[in-house]
Amino acid sequence: MHSICSQATAVPRSNFAFDSHAPALPTSKPINLRFCGLRKEAFGFSGLTHSCSSRVRFTSRGHSKRISASAENNGTPPKSFDYDLIIIGAGVGGHGAALHAVEKGLKTAIIEGDVVGGTCVNRGCVPSKALLAVSGKMRELQSEHHMKALGLQVSAAGYDRQGVADHANNLASKIRSNLTNSMKALGVDILTGFGTVVGPQKVKYGKVGFPDNIVTAKDIIIATGSVPFVPKGIEVDGKTVITSDHALKLESVPDWIAIVGSGYIGLEFSDVYTALGSEVTFIEALDQLMPGFDPEIGKLAQRVLINPRKIDYHTGVFATKITPAKDGKPVTIELIDAKTKEPKDTLEVDAALIATGRAPFTNGLGLENINVETQRGFVPVDERMRVIDANGNLVPHLYCIGDANGKMMLAHAASAQGISVVEQVTGRDHVLNHLSIPAACFTHPEISMVGLTEPQAREKAEKEGFEVSVAKTSFKANTKALAENEGEGIAKLIYRPDNGEILGVHIFGLHAADLIHEASNAIALGTRIQDIKFAVHAHPTLSEVLDELFKSAKVKATALSHVPVSEPVAV
Amino acid sequence: MANVLQTSFLPSTSSLRRTPISGSKGKSQALQVKAKIREIFMPALSSTMTEGKIVSWMKSEGDKLSKGESVVVVESDKADMDVESFHEGFLAAIMVEEGGVAPVGSAIALLAETEDEIAEAKAKSQSSSSSSHKVVEEQPKQIEETAPDVPAAAAPTVSASKTVALGSAAHPASEGGKRIVASPYAKKLAKELKVDLGTMAGTGPNGRIVAKDVEAAAAAGIVAASPAKPAPVAPGIELGTVVPFTTMQGAVSRNMVESLSVPTFRVGYTITTNALDALYKKIKSKGVTMTALLAKATALALAQHPVVNSCCRDGNSFTYNSSINIAVAVAIDGGLITPVLQDADKVDIYTLSRKWKELVEKARAKQLQPHEYNTGTFTLSNLGMFGVDRFDAILPPGTGAIMAVGASQPTVVASKDGSIGMKNQMQVNVTADHRVIYGADLAAFLQTLAKIVEDPKDLTF
Repeated sequence: MHSICSQATAVPRSNFAFDSHAPALPTSKPINLRFCGLRKEAFGFSGLTHSCSSRVRFTSRGHSKRISASAENNGTPPKSFDYDLIIIGAGVGGHGAALHAVEKGLKTAIIEGDVVGGTCVNRGCVPSKALLAVSGKMRELQSEHHMKALGLQVSAAGYDRQGVADHANNLASKIRSNLTNSMKALGVDILTGFGTVVGPQKVKYGKVGFPDNIVTAKDIIIATGSVPFVPKGIEVDGKTVITSDHALKLESVPDWIAIVGSGYIGLEFSDVYTALGSEVTFIEALDQLMPGFDPEIGKLAQRVLINPRKIDYHTGVFATKITPAKDGKPVTIELIDAKTKEPKDTLEVDAALIATGRAPFTNGLGLENINVETQRGFVPVDERMRVIDANGNLVPHLYCIGDANGKMMLAHAASAQGISVVEQVTGRDHVLNHLSIPAACFTHPEISMVGLTEPQAREKAEKEGFEVSVAKTSFKANTKALAENEGEGIAKLIYRPDNGEILGVHIFGLHAADLIHEASNAIALGTRIQDIKFAVHAHPTLSEVLDELFKSAKVKATALSHVPVSEPVAV
Repeated sequence: MANVLQTSFLPSTSSLRRTPISGSKGKSQALQVKAKIREIFMPALSSTMTEGKIVSWMKSEGDKLSKGESVVVVESDKADMDVESFHEGFLAAIMVEEGGVAPVGSAIALLAETEDEIAEAKAKSQSSSSSSHKVVEEQPKQIEETAPDVPAAAAPTVSASKTVALGSAAHPASEGGKRIVASPYAKKLAKELKVDLGTMAGTGPNGRIVAKDVEAAAAAGIVAASPAKPAPVAPGIELGTVVPFTTMQGAVSRNMVESLSVPTFRVGYTITTNALDALYKKIKSKGVTMTALLAKATALALAQHPVVNSCCRDGNSFTYNSSINIAVAVAIDGGLITPVLQDADKVDIYTLSRKWKELVEKARAKQLQPHEYNTGTFTLSNLGMFGVDRFDAILPPGTGAIMAVGASQPTVVASKDGSIGMKNQMQVNVTADHRVIYGADLAAFLQTLAKIVEDPKDLTF
C-alpha cells in the first residue's frame, strides 16, 4: 500500500495513521481535524481513501476553497436551487450522507417521514443490540459450568421483561437523539414529511393533511430503506405473529416461538429468546440453516448456537399459512416441502416471528415521474449508486443508497454508499468496494465476515484461473479467549497464495464483530497478507487470533517481492 | 444416556481391558493386522493433545467410506479437525458417541472391509463398550450380547424385560399415527433420555408435551427414596459382572444426582396409630387399603398446610399446587414407579381405595398413563410392610416434600399421668426442600397429620 502513496513511503509500515497523508494533501487536513471529533468514521474513511486508493483522486480541487469558507454554515445556497443536496430518508444511510455532505460544504436537507434513525436505530440493529446484550449476560449467568470454571458463584439469574424492553427502547431513543443533534449541530435542515420525487431535481414533502412543500436541489439521494418482508399467506397480528418491528419491543416472551428464516435476524432473535427462556423452532426454506454464511462457519455455528440450545428446526420447507392465536387456539403454521410443494407438517406454537428478510420501502416515491421502474421494489442503480431509468439510462442528479437499492442491506453499507455519492457530487469519482464491507451477526458468540465465502472464492478462482488457499486459526489457542473461558470459535482466511490477496475472512467466536475490521480494512486498502502479517498486535488480546491467521497463511515466495497492490475493485 | 455410558475409557478390544490407557495403542495395532475389521483411532492432532472429544460423526453406521474421506470431527485442545479414513470400507460401529471423549490412540469406531462384516464388527464394539466404563474392574466378565440387531449405541442390557421404555406406560397401541406436539426442548430431552414421546401425555398449553413432562416420564416412579430401591436379587444375576443401567435405572441415577442440588432437611414424628388401625379393621372389608388411608390422611393435612404441598421450580418462587396429588412409591421389576392419587383430599376413601387398586394393577401391567405417575405434588414412601421402623427418603426433583413411613409397632409408652401403656406407634420422616418449606411448616404439618391419624373420623366422612 505504501507503494501507491509515494509520499508515505517515508513512514514505515504502520502508515494507517492520519499523519501519513497529511503532507500529501494539506488542503484536507483542517477539515478532517474539524470533523473527526464529531464523527470518527468519516475521519477514518475519508482519510484513508484520500491517501491510499488511487481511484479516489482530487479531480476537482475547486471546491476545497468553498469547504473552508462554509463548513460551519451549511454551505451557501446556490443560485437556482434551494439546496445542494436533498436526502430522502433519515436512516443511517441518509445520516452518513448528510454529515459527509456538510463536511464537503454542501447545503443539505434531509426529509424524514417517520423518525430520525430509520430502521437501524429504531427497529433494527440498535434495539436488538440492547436485547442481545441482555441475552449475553443471561447466558453467562445461567451457564453454571462456565461460572464454576471461573470460580464464580451466582445465585439464580432472573430478568424483568419490562426492564429489558425499556433498556432497548431507551437505547433507541438515545441514539435517535444523538443522530438528530449531530445533524442539527451541523446545520442540516430536517424537513418532516413524506418525500416524493416530482421531477428532475425537484422533491415535494409534507405531512398528511398539510399542504405540500416543493424544494429543489442540485442532487437528490433516495435513502428510504426497507420494511420487514412478510410472505403472502402469513397473517401478522403484532401479538402472536410478529415481525422484528414488534419483537424488538419485547412485549412478551412466549414459551415456544417459531422463527421463519434463519438468517441474521432470525439467528439473533433465537439467541435472545432462548436466553430469556423460550424454546425456538426454526423454519428455513433452504436445505441448510444459516444460508449465506460460509458453509464451514455455518456448520460450526450450528454446533454451538443451535444444537445445544432449546432449538429445533425444519429445513427445506415453506410456511405457506400462519394463523395468529385466537379463541384459545395456538398459532398454527402450515408447512409444505420447498421442492415438491406437498404439505409436510403443521406446527402449533405460542408465537411466530417472521424473519424472512426485508423488502425495499419505495412506494410513493414518485419514481414514475422520472420514468424509473423498481425491480421487486428495489431502485435500480449502477455501481456509483446512480439511478437507472426504465430505458437503461442514468437519471442525472438522482442517486439511491442503502436497502432501497438492495445492493447490500446493511446500515453501514448504506452510510458508505452515501459517502461515496457525496464524494461524486462534490467532484471526485468514487466507487465503493462492497467486498470490503464487513457484516456481523451478534449472537453469542458472534459471527462476522468480509469478502467472499469459500465456495464463492473457489468459483471465482476457477473462472479467473487463480489458486485459492484457506488458513484457519482457533480461539482455543488464544490466551485472552481462554482467560475468558470462551475458547469456542475459529477464524478463517481465504486468500490467493500467488499474490497474498485477501479474498475473505470469516470469524466465529468471542467479539468476532469487533475483530473483523482488521481484515475489512486490509481488503479496503488492498493490503496484502505478506505486509499485514508484520503488523503488531498487543498481547494478550483476541486480535491475535487474526494475527495468527495472517501468519499461518502461506504466500508464495514470488509474491513477497514488492508487487504493487491492486486497487480495490467495485462489485 | 449414551454419553454417560460411553465414557472416555474406551480400549478397543477385550484383551486390552486391564492394560493402562497409555499402552493401548501398540497392542491394538498389532491386533489390527490380522483383522479385517479395522479400528479408527483417536488421532493426535497436536503435540500436546492427550485426549480428544468427538464433535460430530459425519458418517453414520453402515455408510460406505472411501479412502481420504472425512469421517468424524474431533476437538482437540487447540482446534476442531476433520479426521479422514485411511482405508476404504464401511463404518461398522461407532464406539464413542458425539460429545464423548477418548484418549489419543484409542479406538473410536470400527471400519469393516465388506458389508458382511458389519454385524461382526458391531458385536465386537458392543462387547468392548459394555466393559468400557470399568477399566479398573478386576475381573470384568463379558455380558453376552445375543441380539445382533441392537444398535451399538444402545446400552447392552441384561434382559429384554428391562429395556422396556421408561415408566412403561407404553400402550402398544397408544395413538399410533397421531401427530405428536412437543416443544423443541422436550424433543431434545426425549432423545437424550431415550423416552418415547408417543407414549406421553402433555401438560403444556393445548396438551403440548413440554420438557417437564419428559423429565417426569424419565423420572417416573423412580424418584422416591433410594433405600426403597429394591436390590435386584433376581435369580438371573451373575456375580462379579458389571451390568450397565437400564434406561429406567439411568434415569433414577440422573434424578438422584440432580436431587443433590436441592437443599433438603428432615423432620421426624412419632404417631400413635391405634385409632387408625381400628378404623382400618372396621372398613377393610369394604376394600379400603392402608395406603389409601395414609394418603387420605396426608392429603387432609396438606390441605391445611398448602406450603408443604408447594414446590420450588426456578429457585425464585413458590409454586403453590392447585391440587393435592399424592404419589405413592411402588417397587416394580427392576425399578420403582409412583402412581398418583389425584385430588386425594377431595375424593372419598372408598373411591380412593378403588383407584389405588386400579393404579397398582396398571403399574404391574406397565400400562400407567403419564398423568398417572408424573403429576404428584407430595410423595409417600412406605416401607412399613417390610418391618422397617424408620428411614430417610430422597426428595424427588420437582416436588417440595416426601414422607417416609415406617412400620406401626406396639410400643411401651409412658403417658403424662405417669401410667405406662402399650400403643401402636409409627415413625414418619419428611424430607423437604428448605427453599420453600421451613422447619416450622413441617412441624405444623406433622402435628396436624398426627391429629388426623390419632382421631381418624374425618377420613371416612
